[in-house]
Formats: sequence, structure tokens, C-alpha cells
Amino acid sequence: MDAEVIVIGAGIVGAACALALAQAGRRVRVLDAQCGGATGAGMGHLVVMDDNPAELALSRHSAAQWRALAPRMGAECAYSACGTLWVAANDEEMAEAERKRERLRAHGIESRLLDAAALGRAEPALRPGLAGALEVPGDGIVYAPNAARWLIAQGGGAIDVTHAKVDAIEDDGTLRLADGRRCTAAQIVLANGIEAATLCPELPIRPKKGHLLITDRYPGTVRHQLVELGYVTSAHHASGESVAFNVQPRPTGQLLVGSSRQFDTTDPAVEAPMLARMLQRAVDYLPGLAQLQAIRAWTGMRAATPDGLPLLGKHPWREKLWLAVGHEGLGVTTAPGSAHLLAALMTGAAADFDAAPYAPRGLLA
Amino acid sequence: MSGAHVLLHIDGRPVQVKAGSSVAAALRVAGGSGVARTSVGGAPRAPFCGMGVCQECRVQIDGQRRLACQTVCAEGMRVETGR
Repeated sequence: MDAEVIVIGAGIVGAACALALAQAGRRVRVLDAQCGGATGAGMGHLVVMDDNPAELALSRHSAAQWRALAPRMGAECAYSACGTLWVAANDEEMAEAERKRERLRAHGIESRLLDAAALGRAEPALRPGLAGALEVPGDGIVYAPNAARWLIAQGGGAIDVTHAKVDAIEDDGTLRLADGRRCTAAQIVLANGIEAATLCPELPIRPKKGHLLITDRYPGTVRHQLVELGYVTSAHHASGESVAFNVQPRPTGQLLVGSSRQFDTTDPAVEAPMLARMLQRAVDYLPGLAQLQAIRAWTGMRAATPDGLPLLGKHPWREKLWLAVGHEGLGVTTAPGSAHLLAALMTGAAADFDAAPYAPRGLLA
Repeated sequence: MSGAHVLLHIDGRPVQVKAGSSVAAALRVAGGSGVARTSVGGAPRAPFCGMGVCQECRVQIDGQRRLACQTVCAEGMRVETGR
């Protein structure tokens, strides 16, 4: 196949971009180094986030796309429409839950407030004494590595996947592969997460390390994806270390426990003190978790940008190069919307929402 | 100590093993194939690594999920497989 577009990276963002471009009529080659990235390491949550209007527009559009795709996805994608409960620990966080409901309502996103008693009925495993929660029923989860493969498969013969590592992007847009070959196409999409900074050191992307842990199968322990409302505060620290309560019920009955954030390390080792902090936070909310058997813990690197928004659009000075990187911890959620925007920009089509907030910026400074 | 035995129950059946045996060994004594659990897809799973890494020997022991290879048999222990 003679590709018109090369996508570097077969994670969730690269896969979604490849499919959107194939659906726009392009012949697409995906180059994947098979080094593993955030798609395989993350939680696979599909969650509308509303910290700023651009994040809300992207995640809202993406969540709607995931819901539309869900009925066609196979069981291997492990899609679950579990919804999210944003758990409020006190009255102050409950007030934030109310403000969040208003913001979501203004954009047509369904949610409802649960008081303490309703929260206790919805999730009996949570500790008593919590103030309540905001339920967002349209959120869900997937198993992202399989979802990425599934997205690529939807492209049929229009998408070809080649396992190859790109060593360099030359000034004219030619790719130099690790095996010595060179290849190019009319348009190149960089969608390889944290690895993008190796090929383009000018990108303002930093690794943000996270720990996760998964338990044995305990079906019915929790029903919704549970996130503390304090998550928003801890997730946005620009430096240092933080943990937040975030637990998902996987369709297998396993519980996936997050989350931690650390800057300035690229060491993938599981760090016992960080894992312990994260689990203590989870046990504070779900006391029974301490009695359950964990079977695996691992880490991953989120590709973080200074303002928390992905870079979507034409690279300001590199020939042929388009960017779909910097999705941090929200890449599984926002892959379909990112792909929609990028494919529209690359093909000159009209996008469903404004691309300006994600335009690659700060690269000329 | 070498002659001592303990009696435990695996899925309700009494099984006698040498004192100091692991539950993984007792599964083998009791059932031949040593199956500990079933996968999500329903496939039988048995102890594989024997050193607490593969997690394929998860069983319910006295009401708690444990690794059979990392648990020493005790008198009167009740082990349930197949979950």
C-alpha cells in the first residue's frame, strides 16, 4: 500500500487518528515501535472533565463518540457504561459537586447529586460520613489496548500497521527508521505520547509518572467508577507528588486502583512509598479494600503539557508534520475528539468544535 | 516433624498432607490436576511459577483470597477452588 498519511504510534490516540483519516478517504500507514506507552498503562476511563471550556468541549465530544462506538465493540474491549461518582468528602466538596453539576448542565451533560444517604445506597463499600456525590451516568471505561486495536481494525484495508521504530524526523519530513529504511508521506502524524519529545525535543511535554494496582476478582464490590472531588486539585499540581482516590470496577470483577502523580522521574519502577500513599488514600474511602488481594502493580508515564491540553494541529515549522500528543491522563477519553479535530484540519473539513485552544503553541518561543 | 501430617478440606473434601506442605501441593494431592481457579473465559488454571509471581494459584482459604503456593497448610484449613 502506498500511504498518503503516516501515523507514528498505535496507541489509542494514533489508532483513533488513523481511523478518522481512513474514514476521510486517506490511505494510512501506522508505524509502531511496540515499546508500550500510556495506552497500555492507564485506567481506560471515559470521563467528561470540565476544568476549562476546551477540556470540556474535547472530552464531551469524545465521550459521545465512545458511546456511539460502544455497541459495535467486542467484549475484548471491555467497555462498561459504569458512570462516574465524583465523591464529596465534606460540605465544601459538596458545594463543588453542585457547581460541577451546573457546568455540566450548561453543556447538556446529564448528572445528578446524591446526598450522603443516596451515596451509601449506591456504593455501600464507601466509608460512612461522606457528604455525597455527583453521578455522571454517561461516563464509562474500556480496556484501552484492545480498543486501540479495534479502532485500527475498523479502517479495514485503508489502514496498514507496520512495526518499526522511528529514529529521526528529518527537516523535509522524511522518517529515518531504526532498521535503516527511510519513508515519507504527504502528511505525518506524531501520536506517540511521551516518545514524541525524543523525536521533537522542542515539544513542551514532560513525563508525569503514575502508579496503578489491580486486585483479584471481587464482583459487586463497587458499581461505579469512583473519584474523589479533590482529584481535580491534586491532579493539576504542576510539580511535586500527589495521590487521589480513584477506583474502577472492571467487567471481570477486578478493582483497578489509582492514582498517583510524580514529575521529574522517568524511572518506571514501582515505588513502594508512593504505592503505599496511593493505597492509603483508597482505603480511606473504601476501608474493605485492605482485605482484598492485589495481583499486580505497575507504572506509566503521562505526556503532560504546561496547560494540560493536548497539542492538536500542524507543527509550526516542521515540514509535513502534524501533532496529536500531550494528552496526559485523559488520552483514552479524548482520543476520538482529538482524531476528529486533527482529521478535519488535515483534510480541510469543518470540525464540530473549535480547534484553536489545542493549536500547537509555544514552539516558536 | 518429618512424620507429622495435617488434615485440611479442599472444596469440602478431606485431604491429608505432610506438615509443611503448601496449599498448592495439597491441591495436587487432592485433585490430580491441581486446578486452583478458572479464568474469565472459563479455562482451568493451576499453579505455574510456584513462587508468588504468576498469581495463577489464587484460592479462597478460610474466607480470604490467598496464593496457594505461598500458604502453608494448617490443620482444619478450608480451601475453596474454582473462583
